[in-house]
Amino acid sequence: MEQIPIIKMGEFLLVTIQVDMHDQLAVTLQEDLSNKIVATGAHGVLIDISALQVVDSFIGRILGNIAAISKVLDAHTVVVGMQPAVAITLVELGVSLKGVRTALNAEKGMELLRKSVMPKERSDGDTPG
Amino acid sequence: MAILRAETLQVCSPNEIAVIRQTVRAWASEIGFSLVDQTKIITAASELARNAATHGGGGTLLLEKLNDENRRGLRLTFEDQGPGIADIDLAMKEGYSTGGGLGLGLSGSRRLVNEFSISSRLGEGTRVSITKWV
Repeated sequence: MEQIPIIKMGEFLLVTIQVDMHDQLAVTLQEDLSNKIVATGAHGVLIDISALQVVDSFIGRILGNIAAISKVLDAHTVVVGMQPAVAITLVELGVSLKGVRTALNAEKGMELLRKSVMPKERSDGDTPG
Repeated sequence: MAILRAETLQVCSPNEIAVIRQTVRAWASEIGFSLVDQTKIITAASELARNAATHGGGGTLLLEKLNDENRRGLRLTFEDQGPGIADIDLAMKEGYSTGGGLGLGLSGSRRLVNEFSISSRLGEGTRVSITKWV
């Protein structure tokens, strides 16, 4: 079955969507990611949508779902790389991606994830000098 | 107004919406839309195709390349033989949904195009037509 690969990198999961997602593929990604967060105990998920030329309300809803599910599972989600034409269209369509954190590119997204996770590590007893 | 080219596609299952998006992209690009306008009409088509596939039980999409005086355009007409819409004003309302979605399909796609028309008969089906000019 067709699947979008999820790569584990340290305590983060990386997803790069490189195909025009049909509906079932998006739903499969949502399930796979939820399972993988639990299986790996990941604290962050980075989703790169720079190759996506269209994000409609369905894909927007799935991105929102993923962010909400990972939050419940103690992980932060950052969506990165949205193309300007996609951003303009999404806002006019009325999809605000409320609750989904975004960053311009993967590098900035990783930075955001590290910052989000760091306070948690400190409270585990590893207080810096 | 002249219709320069026309083609009909089937819109049966939600998984076929990706094919619709690719076809609309090819037409929009050939007609000469900017990248932003291509993205807008493809996204509107994606919303309306999903409506036809999920609420209308499948239907058809008619693509038409238009020429009107000095402007070119793309008209997309979605038709299904589904249950129809009882209250079009309500269905057009932002956030109203019977399908568990965001309720942005109709109201949102209207904002992405230049012309929008909808007609529906209970028990017979729904027809939505959108046009975007270059």
